[in-house]
Amino acid sequence: MNSGPVSNSSGSTIVEAKNLLKRFGDFVAVNRISFKVETGECFGILGPNGAGKTTTVRMVYGFSPMTGGSLKVFGLDISRDWRRIKARIGVCQQENSLDPDLTVLQNLEVFARYFDIPKKVAREKAMELLAFIALDHRLNATVSELSGGLMRRLVLARALINNPDLLILDEPTTGLDPQSRHQVWDRLEELRKKGISILLTTHYMEEASQLCDRLIIIDHGLILIEGKPQQLIRQHVGRDVIEITGPTQELRSFVQAKQLPYEDLGHRLIVYCEDRGELYQRITRDFCKEGCVMRMATLEDVFLKLTGRELRE
Amino acid sequence: MMGRFPLRISRRFLRVWQRNFKVYRKSWKISFIPPFLEPLFYLIAFGIGLSSLVGSIRHQGVEISYVRFIAPALIGVSIMYNAFFETTYASFVRMYYQKTFDAMLATPLSLEEVITGEIVWGATKSVIAAAIMMGVISLFGLIRFPDGLLILPLAVLGGISFGSIGMYFTGIVGNIEMFNLPVFLFVTPMFLFSGTFFPIENLPRWAQQVALLFPLTHLANLARSFSFGKLSPSLLWEIGYLLVFSLIFFPLALHKMQQRLIK
Repeated sequence: MNSGPVSNSSGSTIVEAKNLLKRFGDFVAVNRISFKVETGECFGILGPNGAGKTTTVRMVYGFSPMTGGSLKVFGLDISRDWRRIKARIGVCQQENSLDPDLTVLQNLEVFARYFDIPKKVAREKAMELLAFIALDHRLNATVSELSGGLMRRLVLARALINNPDLLILDEPTTGLDPQSRHQVWDRLEELRKKGISILLTTHYMEEASQLCDRLIIIDHGLILIEGKPQQLIRQHVGRDVIEITGPTQELRSFVQAKQLPYEDLGHRLIVYCEDRGELYQRITRDFCKEGCVMRMATLEDVFLKLTGRELRE
Repeated sequence: MMGRFPLRISRRFLRVWQRNFKVYRKSWKISFIPPFLEPLFYLIAFGIGLSSLVGSIRHQGVEISYVRFIAPALIGVSIMYNAFFETTYASFVRMYYQKTFDAMLATPLSLEEVITGEIVWGATKSVIAAAIMMGVISLFGLIRFPDGLLILPLAVLGGISFGSIGMYFTGIVGNIEMFNLPVFLFVTPMFLFSGTFFPIENLPRWAQQVALLFPLTHLANLARSFSFGKLSPSLLWEIGYLLVFSLIFFPLALHKMQQRLIK
């Protein structure tokens, strides 16, 4: 995939949102957020269900008109130059929108026509992409014959048909089994190496840590934090996490007395710490013989700490 | 919302039309059968079965056989059905179940182009059906050429009219079952009372006036006049009616689909 030269007026910024606002009636889905996606990076938008992730990216690819603020993609104004912008974006939507009336190859060729790509070029590109996702032996299969993982790869191939400068992925691996998920990740890694810019939404923290250079976590339409995955973990959680199942009252008092950052889930106590083994040894020795684990802090800890643990719709 | 984006229609709507045409071609052998058999069934049922009861019918002061009376109207009905069912059930399936429109809206296509492509495709199906039916009916010597060929452009106009109002319903129905309502309250009464199977002069006065509001009344009458080769300036009024009908429901359909899909 040779993603063409990226020419835009605002230097290396590919998406620039300023005070981006989206209201549905009285409900504020995206509440004046600002962020930038730089050329060549993978930028993640994380958040629980209903946080405003999909609404945000839909505004970026011109699907939803924004209520307020400004949004520039490739340095162009989305409300005025939407067609030029959309011609340079590839989108994997959350819901499967492959054309069930068409075969695998036709899906790509017909889609290429929406971009006004000439037939011959489209055929070549389609074959190249089908090889890329290892689906070139099933050109004439209908979409419904494909597994969920293959469908998602085909959606990815379809999003690349126009050699996009920006690839937008809205929860690209939701609902996939681990094998298929890793397949998709491998493809995305390959694309990243080729320098394509990616805007990704996800609620899989593993996915975000692996793929994203930078990310924001949003909730209720607001940005909670922004930064690089590792840096965010260090900043908000620390290096290690100790999880104690069935904590005793003494342990709680100990943690409080030490003024350690912790979360009390009743049956489980989560302590964030920096000092590696020392504290863990102390806790296992004095407060619990079993049901106590220390592990590396992950993005998921940051996420849960910031967005809370209660269920979302 | 309308007005938030300026109206955005370019020739790109043909891309949407091409997509539907490609799918149609995959099953054209099956798609061809209904418009081929339908007129035969009707001609047998009404022509042979009924005409022994009806005999001939007085139309505009001339005695004509019953078969000759209904044959062109059947083309009109087929024009209506093909466009209306395409932009209701078929478009709804593409929009709601297959997410075809969502995929298109992530490309340089605008919603207006998607909807226009769908309506023009509906009209295309009307033209295909009209052409096949004309072929069958003319074997019985029931169409006078070359005037009868005017039915083809008429199918475009009728197809846009019924395709637009069909798309309007697609913009407002909550689910696919709800199409039963416009079919039962709009399409079926038209099928029966638009001067298709008997002259509307046979209806009570008030019903005649209602029938004049039906686009099918004008479509059927035009098809009949064209196939009889009886062209007169008064037909311009009926063409005008269909034009106005399209000019009202085409933008209304766009508007309702914008409200429905642009969120």
